[in-house]
Amino acid sequence: MSGVTGGYRDGPLMRAAPILALAAAVAAASLFTALLFGSVSLTPAQVVRAVMLPEAGIERDIVWQLRAPRALAAFACGGLLALAGVLLQALLRNALADSYILGVSGGASLGALAAITIGAEVALVSAAALSGALGAIGIVFGVTFRGGQWNIYRLLLSGVVLSAGFSALTSLILVLAPGAQVKGMLFWLMGDLTHAEHPLASCALLLALTLGAVLLAARLDILGLGDAKARTLGVDVARLQRLIFLGAAVATVAAVMLGGAIGFVGLMMPHAVRLCGVVRHRLLLPVAVLAGGSFLTLADTCARTLWAPQQLPVGIFTALIGVPCMLLLLARRA
Amino acid sequence: MTLACEDVSLVVSGRTLCHGLAFAVRPGEVWGVLGANGSGKTTLLNVLAGLAVPARGRVTLAATPLRALVAQARARAIGLLPQQEHLEFWGTVLDYVQLGRFPHASAWPGRHGGDEAAALGALRQMGLADFAPRRYTTLSGGERQRVRMAQLLAQAPDYLLLDEPLQHLDLRHQQHLLARVAELARGPHRARGVVIVLHDVLWPARVCTHALLLDGVGGARAGLARDVLTQDNLQDLFGCALLPVAAQPAAGFVPAI
Repeated sequence: MSGVTGGYRDGPLMRAAPILALAAAVAAASLFTALLFGSVSLTPAQVVRAVMLPEAGIERDIVWQLRAPRALAAFACGGLLALAGVLLQALLRNALADSYILGVSGGASLGALAAITIGAEVALVSAAALSGALGAIGIVFGVTFRGGQWNIYRLLLSGVVLSAGFSALTSLILVLAPGAQVKGMLFWLMGDLTHAEHPLASCALLLALTLGAVLLAARLDILGLGDAKARTLGVDVARLQRLIFLGAAVATVAAVMLGGAIGFVGLMMPHAVRLCGVVRHRLLLPVAVLAGGSFLTLADTCARTLWAPQQLPVGIFTALIGVPCMLLLLARRA
Repeated sequence: MTLACEDVSLVVSGRTLCHGLAFAVRPGEVWGVLGANGSGKTTLLNVLAGLAVPARGRVTLAATPLRALVAQARARAIGLLPQQEHLEFWGTVLDYVQLGRFPHASAWPGRHGGDEAAALGALRQMGLADFAPRRYTTLSGGERQRVRMAQLLAQAPDYLLLDEPLQHLDLRHQQHLLARVAELARGPHRARGVVIVLHDVLWPARVCTHALLLDGVGGARAGLARDVLTQDNLQDLFGCALLPVAAQPAAGFVPAI
């Protein structure tokens, strides 16, 4: 078998089981790491005891009440973003697609910032973000979906256009807002998991969406061949596109509700996994979800410990850790 | 079981390319479709594949309108090699060819045990057995064309619609592909129908049993290849003088310069 062809290594046909096992092990390790670090540092033994034994006292409270919910929220958020990224890159056949290209995070940010401006409570800010995200999805869908026909380029462009509009309004709010509020707004815009709620429900949603997407994996592969070829192979392209859009939208909204506008994960995690040689959706989907979850869990652990007691926006760390990793992967291939 | 055009009219941006077209493809037949640029050859293939609805008339498979067929059942019966494919496929050649097995998948996960064997068999038929682990992105234009053909062979439909299958192929692989097509049509286990869009006027008489000439302004000639592929008809069709090339078993033509 030829070793190198046109600069690309001809990897062995990827076997699913060991790769999935590796991704799951990384995920478990990232969650365990998140339990170790915080304002009180625990030893691995203490964490294991706190997780396993009922009578571990203060350590048990720290692990179960404080760190585990936060770690699970980060994991679910990262997984949802990566899932939305894979789905949208398949739907739009565009390597630059991620959750935010459809204007979802822009709409959510605008809603959240508007609520912060009027001094709203956390719950109301979340509700405003949700309405903003849903509004953006509604506009994009309404503009591009007409009479059962869906033009993918129109979808992409209207998302980009809408994002630009939201970004302008967001900047306007930032400029006019009193200084004291701007910091909270910046946290929201950069992504921050401090106020993440319902981690278990988010994990359940992530699991359900991932399983649903894996069932569509063969169709997602075929969609990459183009609409015409996909239809001659018996795929109902219009219905598949609507399903993908819906799944990606739900995942994005859920992720935005958990952590605000966290960048980088949805765009880069699918590519990172592809660059490692996993390209078919049957394996790409679960591995990207596990990798995205692990990645955001580690980034969030850095965000809440490195500058303690001050917490930093996790979006800073997704980029700071992610950029060199991606550049290394890209350089390896070139 | 025949694939039939019944009174089909093709209209593209207000221009009627063909009007009241009626012909039927039976298993074992190879129909060559010839016509000038923009005369509706690709549009006709899309209509035959069920991708587009004709302005008038209908296409039937064994007397059932295509629209009444379940998508996967239609995909087992009719396969299309499109003229162009805009794609960036990241996987291996084997991955790519295996996608052709989708219509045969049993349930939701979309694959079953025989897929890999069928895909490898299709690659072997196209002389591409060694290409299985190669990345699709590393292939040349001609290699991609052969791999696309292998994907269609893996799909194994009863009717193969080929839109300019010879593009990017060198002479040897043109011959190889057309020989495979003729073999497929004849059997041995199961005869299939083939509709093939060609720009060449040397191959059709050697490969096609039937021919369809589209003049692009509403008219068409359909029938046995030896009746339709005459010097006069082809000169009319392409609007250029042709010289016959004497050959067995049938004559081909080259442009007269």
